[in-house]
Amino acid sequence: MLEYVSGIITFSLIYVIATVGLAVFTGFTGLFSLGHAAFFAIGAYTAGILTYFYDVNFWAALAAGVAVSSLVGVLIGYPTLRAKLRSDYFAIATLGFGEAVRVLLENLDITQGARGLPGIASETTLPIVIVFTVLVLWVARNFVHSRYGRAAIAVREDFVAAEMMGINLFQVRMRSLVFSAGCAGLAGGLFAHYVSFIQPGMFTAALSTQLTASVVAGGMGSITGPTVAAVLFVAVPEALRMASMWRLVAYGFLLVAIMVFRPQGLFGFREISWQSCVRCFRKKPAAAGGGAGQ
Amino acid sequence: MSMLELKGVTKNFGGIVACKDISLSVAPGQIAGLIGPNGAGKTTVFNLITGVYSPTAGSISFAGRDITAIRPDKVVTHGIARTFQNIRLFRNLTVLDNVRIAVDKEVDYALGEALVRSPRVKSREREICALAMEHLEEVGLADKAEVRADSLPYGLQRKLEIARALALRPRLLLLDEPAAGMNPEESLELAGLVRILHARHDLTILLIEHHMDVVMELCEKIFVLDFGVKLAEGTAEEIQTNPEVLRAYLGEGYKRVRSQ
Ligand SMILES: Nc1ncnc2c1ncn2[C@@H]1O[C@H](COP(=O)(O)OP(=O)(O)O)[C@@H](O)[C@H]1O
Ligand SMILES: [Mg+2]
Repeated sequence: MLEYVSGIITFSLIYVIATVGLAVFTGFTGLFSLGHAAFFAIGAYTAGILTYFYDVNFWAALAAGVAVSSLVGVLIGYPTLRAKLRSDYFAIATLGFGEAVRVLLENLDITQGARGLPGIASETTLPIVIVFTVLVLWVARNFVHSRYGRAAIAVREDFVAAEMMGINLFQVRMRSLVFSAGCAGLAGGLFAHYVSFIQPGMFTAALSTQLTASVVAGGMGSITGPTVAAVLFVAVPEALRMASMWRLVAYGFLLVAIMVFRPQGLFGFREISWQSCVRCFRKKPAAAGGGAGQ
Repeated sequence: MSMLELKGVTKNFGGIVACKDISLSVAPGQIAGLIGPNGAGKTTVFNLITGVYSPTAGSISFAGRDITAIRPDKVVTHGIARTFQNIRLFRNLTVLDNVRIAVDKEVDYALGEALVRSPRVKSREREICALAMEHLEEVGLADKAEVRADSLPYGLQRKLEIARALALRPRLLLLDEPAAGMNPEESLELAGLVRILHARHDLTILLIEHHMDVVMELCEKIFVLDFGVKLAEGTAEEIQTNPEVLRAYLGEGYKRVRSQ
């Protein structure tokens, strides 16, 4: 039982890492990605292949997974972000990218096609995942609260005004995309060394959708909101031991419910912090400064 | 010597000629006005200066350097800042954050430092906040620092846009209808503020405005546009007595505005 619970937590946190990365991209630049499973897969396969075939040290393999995912992020971002594509075009481009990577994984020799890689060393443990989750959350928070994060928010809010502030749209979007690709790669590497078996079918558009759904449901422009949503989306269906079909139905209903009752996402722009917890317990209104004035 | 100079600038949007062969020059330290009926091409002139659009023909120079078809995000490095006719604030952010984003350009720290939030980043962030607060104080918005930008009343949103533009420390400030939607009293108060900021920051200002009392009060030089063509230029007196301007643009409407 304990093992089962720790398994669910490990899984949830691996998804949290990928979701937080995507939250920094989608939530703070306003661009939707429907292909983030590809970065997850690239991290998983890079790290997995390195330890499986080449006996590379687990940590080095993880780092390589992050590096390769980030690099692919640059390669994908260069043409798509440079062209000032509208956000819906970008989403379609990433959808294509996600499928292309999956097809590639199914047909390459080194990935052993659809058979996948069975028997990858089991290295990922709950403590390791907890440490990485905390680290990623911390770095993401630092990013968002820096001038780089503000530049991204400015682009999301109004890119014409942002440009007048001297903000380079391409740079800002690229930075966030690479960060999110790196996080997804890290999550992938951890995933591969947790489940010990990966195959292309694990990294489909359904996974991309799940990640994006977590960000939207958790709140665009929040880090902690998507974190909670990611846990809910993984842990709840898993804990209820639902068949995969019902799991998707549950996602659907969960999403519809959130969009109907909280269109801004669970947390809107807000973050969970000590102050907000304290305030909540003291039952004081959270709003600062009041509304219109004058 | 001119600070801003447009030479024969033309802009076509498909079949529409928004600006046709416009030449104008603004001297350093001047407050110049750009007036004309709706659709005359005034905002398009600002968009051409700030690289939002590139001109179909003609050239634009600023402080002796060619800025024709400049990239919009490079405009600020030349010392040009602007406000927008249809207010473009970062609406979901606080008043303070709106100005912080402008101040960010000034205080440099690397991405790596930002990710680990080094002590240097923390102290720079405090500087950014302090600077942003100073800019808010200038336009009288300091007490609204934590309010969401879009919950400000209209007039204050315009002031916030001005504060945000000034935080970029420009030499040339382009104001697109800063008094739009204000009553005569408020618009004169705004004119007073513009005058103070102009003196304090050593600015050159080009201003689009429909409130004639604001234009006449502030501008040493006025350019009149009509259907994308520059109809006249001169001092307030010269414009007011220019028969072509009176006929084509000001006409009866002008007398009505003046008598208000
Ligand atoms: N992006 C655009 N695409 C097509 N037409 C435009 C565009 N921007 C401006 N125009 C046209 O150019 C003309 C001048 O517009 P504008 O400069 O906004 O006028 P003003 O600011 O003087 O009211 C108008 O006819 C307008 O419809
Ligand atoms: Mg206009």
